[in-house]
Amino acid sequence: MPVQDNEKRHMTPSLTLFDKLWQEHCIQSDASGEDLLLIDRILLHERTGAVALEALREKGREVKTPAHVFCTMDHIVSNRPGRTRNEARTPGGDVFISSTRESAARSGVTLIDIDDARQGIVHVMAPELGIVQPGVSIVCPDSHTCSLGAFGALAWGIGSSAAEHALATQTLKQKKPANMRVTLKGALQPGVYAKDIVLALIAQVGAGAAANHAVEFTGEGVRQMSMEGRMTLCNMAVEFAAFTALIAPDEKTFEYLAGREFAPTGAQFDEALSWWRDLASDEEAAFDKDIILDTDALAPQISWGVSPEQSGGIDQTLPLMTDLPAEKEKAVENALAYMGLQPGQRLLGEAVDGAFIGSCTNGRIEDLRAAASILKGTQISPDVKAICVPGSQAVKRQAEEEGIAEIFKQAGFEWGEPGCGYCFYAGGDTFAPGARVVSSTNRNFEGRQGPGVRTHLCSPATVAASAIAGVIADPREAGGVRPV
Amino acid sequence: MKPFTTHRGIAAPLVRDNIDTDQIIPSREMKTVGKTGLSEGLFAGWRYLTPDARDLNPDFILNKPAFENASILIAGANFGCGSSREHAVWALAEYGIRAVIAESFGSIFRANAIRNGVLPVTLPRASIKRLATDIQDSAQPPQIEIDLNKCVLLMNGESEAVIMSFQLADAEREMLLNGYDPVDLTQKHSAKIEDFIRDHRIKRPWIYKDKI
Repeated sequence: MPVQDNEKRHMTPSLTLFDKLWQEHCIQSDASGEDLLLIDRILLHERTGAVALEALREKGREVKTPAHVFCTMDHIVSNRPGRTRNEARTPGGDVFISSTRESAARSGVTLIDIDDARQGIVHVMAPELGIVQPGVSIVCPDSHTCSLGAFGALAWGIGSSAAEHALATQTLKQKKPANMRVTLKGALQPGVYAKDIVLALIAQVGAGAAANHAVEFTGEGVRQMSMEGRMTLCNMAVEFAAFTALIAPDEKTFEYLAGREFAPTGAQFDEALSWWRDLASDEEAAFDKDIILDTDALAPQISWGVSPEQSGGIDQTLPLMTDLPAEKEKAVENALAYMGLQPGQRLLGEAVDGAFIGSCTNGRIEDLRAAASILKGTQISPDVKAICVPGSQAVKRQAEEEGIAEIFKQAGFEWGEPGCGYCFYAGGDTFAPGARVVSSTNRNFEGRQGPGVRTHLCSPATVAASAIAGVIADPREAGGVRPV
Repeated sequence: MKPFTTHRGIAAPLVRDNIDTDQIIPSREMKTVGKTGLSEGLFAGWRYLTPDARDLNPDFILNKPAFENASILIAGANFGCGSSREHAVWALAEYGIRAVIAESFGSIFRANAIRNGVLPVTLPRASIKRLATDIQDSAQPPQIEIDLNKCVLLMNGESEAVIMSFQLADAEREMLLNGYDPVDLTQKHSAKIEDFIRDHRIKRPWIYKDKI
């Protein structure tokens, strides 16, 4: 895979999409190269947003533009069917819910509460409601805010103190990152999805590869992808250290947004559209780093370690210690010990204890449809605890209307109320220590899904195929392989 | 914000790449809506043998007697990657960590650190290896002195003194040295911000949802 450093970029006036969005929002630059950027939209959730609103109040400051701030409950809300208004998944978590509700009411921001028909994971909900739009700058104290770059927005994750700054001033100070382009070439084979592409990319370039870069995904593969797929792709940009990801908007983007609650309407939509159509990198624009990924021969991917970079084709064998550069050896040894795996072994056929479908990475309707197409008319292995948590109330309703919910339930999946669910563990119900879990989420960090839980990141299709087989299975072969 | 000018202390080598914020503080340790009471949860998954009983893991670097007063961490590449949780920095600061030396940092973690008076020092891999090796080879870990005015780090090891310089953007350095509140700094430019918003409102009216 060619990776080039381009030196010519400073000689050409052509701009990347990222350059243009940056320029659009840059109020001023200071001598040390930090820019003051206008922030058009701020998203908050009960885990890291409440603390920002609370800190603001303690300092006697106010939210500058409440009409541009949207807050939801997603991180620690209960996923139990029939959950009540203050019910957290985490013991003691109700204080985050009530505090968020109080702070939101006091500050006048729009709150999408736990019992709101529009509630969902912030990065699923924001597009559904048209809060994210091409060309806007949008921040959230959540690292997966890069998902929203799929709409051609300047979207990035920040900390709570930075959120406090954005709330108080409608601006953020930021040094401009460099430009990276990832071009997807070729077609996708059946059973291979956006999740597989991005896992393959991270495995090849490494978890730190895009540090201080904004990544534009482009190429035929991106154009063919649905908005859902594009969001999955951009979602994982932070897993290779990118400042953010973005994709030039096109007709699919505009069609998706038309008629959404907070999207422009009527003449304003047309006015917006004429600007949105111009939002693309100039043909001659040069990137600081260029990566081309050929997806023609790509197999479904799965992680085997404790960093997303420790991933590979599902039919491959794990690395042998003798094949590794010395500096990687210790990390791989630790990872395999945590994961209960041996160097050189195959992953296919390894028994699984848990299966999870959901999260801001793969909790959208298209993800659920992909899994349902495999689960239809079958039963999962009785040894597997399987859970699906739709990304939002809208996704859940749609899945129920399409009969997908019924397929999941009949196959033996639990069907939960929308939220971040089992993607991370903050207490409460989860998988047992040592459990091997195939998961459509974004992070396989040690303990991420619970103390000692062994997470294998993969696509919803691979989760479904593995849940049926009771072992890690290839979604290209119905049902996968059975344990010997 | 607590200013950072100079600091002298023991540095604990935890030289792994990709130490994520879930390791620095697992989500289950974020128990209140606030910035305090988090140091108990620092590195909980590694520091304790069991999640609940809190029995100390004697093999974990910060539990070793020589490093129990460590106030500097030495890590590998991409330290603080993953979740944006600022609780990772709040936990480090509350525990007493004033600086983290690493080959690179997760960008959100790094920004969070600067906003909370925790100094992120970026050094090349070879320099980090050198520091860590010298510390591990010493009977008593030597102290490291960091001077942010000069952007220099000094370690008087058993063999010879090591002096390394590092870089930080001027604005970041100023903020740390003076303990500025970034909101106060920005609000000095409020006239310019209002002018920009007025023009932007005319140019992209559909973005504006507030009434004026």
